[in-house]
Amino acid sequence: MTLLFETLFNGLAIGSVLLIAALGLAIVFGLMGVINLAHGELIMLGAYTTYVVQLIFRLPFLAPFYDAYVLVALVAAFVVSGIVGVLLERTVIRRLYGSPLETLLATWGVSLILQQFVRSVPLASAAGLVLTLLLALLGPAVLPGQWLAGPRGRFTRAGVWAGAALVGVLAAASLGSLVPSLSRANPRNVDVTAPAWMRGSIELAGLTLPVPRLVIIVITVVAVLGITWFLARSVWGMRIRAVTQNRPMSDCLGIPTETVDVLTFGVGSGLAGVAGVAVSLLGSVGPNVGASYIVGCFMVVVLGGVGNLLGTVIASLAIGVMTDLIGAGRLLTAWPGMPPSIAAVVDFFATTSMAQVLIFSLIVVFLQFRPSGLFPQKGRLVEA
Amino acid sequence: MPSIKIRRIAAGAAFSVVAFSLAACGPGDQAAGDFDDTVKVGILHSLTGTMAISESTLVDTQKMAIEEINAAGGIEVDGKKYKIEYIVEDGASDWPTFAEKAAKLIDQDGVPVVFGGWTSASRKAMLPVFESKDAFLYYPIQYEGQECSRNIMYTGATPNQQSEPATVFMYEKSPAAGKPFYLVGSDYVFPRTSNTITKEQLASLGGEVVGEDYLPLGNTEVAPIIAKIRTALPDGGVIINTLNGDQNVAFFKQIQDAGITPANGYYVMSYSIAEEEIAQIGPEFLESHYGAWNYMMSIDTPESKKFAENFKKKYGSDRVVADPQESAYNMVYLWKKAVEKAGTFDNAAVREALIGVTFDAPQGPIEVKPNHHISQTVRIGQITSDGQFDIIEESDGPIAPLAWNQFVPETKGYTCDWTRTDVPDPGKFRM
Repeated sequence: MTLLFETLFNGLAIGSVLLIAALGLAIVFGLMGVINLAHGELIMLGAYTTYVVQLIFRLPFLAPFYDAYVLVALVAAFVVSGIVGVLLERTVIRRLYGSPLETLLATWGVSLILQQFVRSVPLASAAGLVLTLLLALLGPAVLPGQWLAGPRGRFTRAGVWAGAALVGVLAAASLGSLVPSLSRANPRNVDVTAPAWMRGSIELAGLTLPVPRLVIIVITVVAVLGITWFLARSVWGMRIRAVTQNRPMSDCLGIPTETVDVLTFGVGSGLAGVAGVAVSLLGSVGPNVGASYIVGCFMVVVLGGVGNLLGTVIASLAIGVMTDLIGAGRLLTAWPGMPPSIAAVVDFFATTSMAQVLIFSLIVVFLQFRPSGLFPQKGRLVEA
Repeated sequence: MPSIKIRRIAAGAAFSVVAFSLAACGPGDQAAGDFDDTVKVGILHSLTGTMAISESTLVDTQKMAIEEINAAGGIEVDGKKYKIEYIVEDGASDWPTFAEKAAKLIDQDGVPVVFGGWTSASRKAMLPVFESKDAFLYYPIQYEGQECSRNIMYTGATPNQQSEPATVFMYEKSPAAGKPFYLVGSDYVFPRTSNTITKEQLASLGGEVVGEDYLPLGNTEVAPIIAKIRTALPDGGVIINTLNGDQNVAFFKQIQDAGITPANGYYVMSYSIAEEEIAQIGPEFLESHYGAWNYMMSIDTPESKKFAENFKKKYGSDRVVADPQESAYNMVYLWKKAVEKAGTFDNAAVREALIGVTFDAPQGPIEVKPNHHISQTVRIGQITSDGQFDIIEESDGPIAPLAWNQFVPETKGYTCDWTRTDVPDPGKFRM
């Protein structure tokens, strides 16, 4: 019984990391059909945001709230990755809708640029840049419409950009002076340490449940519920689904499809940022952290059925449980008296490397029979 | 505490004396007339890509060694003083690029020696280039052994200078002595070879390996491994860790949360974690675990302190020095001494002169052995909360290197000796 629960918990823990990493991609790739190879780097930006927020909370005047920095990091990471995602959509991806191959190559290039960016740009300057973008993009939305209309509009916009740039530079300078280590470019991996309450483990009915894993499960559940509500119930969520199903018809009915594209991409990217916070609790934060998740993300989305959130959830949990079942050799423990020939086979696959091989093979076989994944999408894709 | 104050003042005074003397005879006038000629050497490491973080520290150290040699009058060959200049090439973390750049350094630039490489894969890619052109590569990293080339000088540790003494220590003297072992590594050649040796060695010691697992490169999901360690080692034990890079971070963060800690009787011995890596992983996750190296920054000798101080002075006070850097530093000096002993830059003569060359390295005395490896001191250290090693065991003097491992059945009884002319292959023959 303990064994069953342990497998389930470990499967859930592995699956939730896959799921939170893939959730944003399920929206960007699933709903919009955009093959975004820079998704991993958006996760990486989220992880770096966690690092910056952690350093800010170590400052003397914020130190009393240090235990809560992860919550702030979740919001900040969503915003940072979301902003970068919006910028990416506006500048690159929008021009490439309907040409998946070019999108794939362009986003791969973007992923390389982002990796080198965090290596060679001081994080304080990067934070200032993101702040500038945030203010400049939000500015026109909050200013009265008449300011932006007519010949004056051009000056107002220029003013907003100038003001945002000034605030960004000031923020970068003050952050750099408050936290000196952020004022230098650092190509090395950085150390994110969870606050004390998030470390260690809880003993429950003979099981050892590591707290960071529990936190990630909670973050994942909240993110999935939140995004489900957003897509199913909110006005913009319905617009997103409408555009996904039939873009020309939605356009005719007055839905601003371009805004919908930006929003969808921004939300998907923001979720990648949240995933970045989650993975920073488990492993290292470095320029390459995103690259190690990107394959898993696409695997989960494809297996689940492109365009179906429930499919993504089930696929990631299934992969999680299988990874633990095969990789940790659970069958041997559960059934000690199995014939030696079968035991030898099970034992052979009971290493992490071989488990991965076996799982990929099973997925390939599965997709032979169900090429559209677990839950095929019935509507039409963007620009399909 | 007056003593500290006095020491500080003394240090300050010493520093200003050095600074003034440097200012008095700055590098400018030396370059102007003190040298008769220059010699160009090649430095070939990854400056871009995943290995750049690690390999760039070696480039820094080699540049420092070259500057030190130049400041002390350069290389003296046949009565002429040569200034060393370097050509740095980027291997770009890509093994074929290493081979290509090595050929470029040898053929186009005509360098007498190349210092380079980190991964075994990059060395294996360069090896045929150096052998076919009969040129010379100096390779600075501890590695799995099982290789002995006429055209490579290996200044890192062989398994009998790192992992074998470490296994003995963990099995006989560590707090987990006598407990079973679990082996964890990244899935490539070094961990697999190293663990093969450990298994054979442990069997001969009477110990027990209860499991081993390999994480594919790029995969950081360690949950199944942790589950297996908990099942295989219910009451604590020794974990031998040969994971690479980022995987170490995931591993150490998560074993701590899972209760696999020194306090609960689990001790990890790592072969790829030096001071540089400790700083990146975070000492709070590594405290009280072990490492085995030839050089550790905490070695309390004047040579070691001078090495660390010079490096910090040149590259910033937050930088650390570690075993691979020390090895990279030593090899520049070994080459200089061999050239001066040979009295020429000619490859064949330098190769012959190299054997028997000694150097007072930061780790202590080292000597080039006939198998193109060096004898070095082995140290076992326990990681402290400030990111350094507390050295708890040290071999009695330098240990001779064994290129061919004596625990692996296929190479048992084989040796390598480039001074021998009576055997068909001096690189590998029966003792």
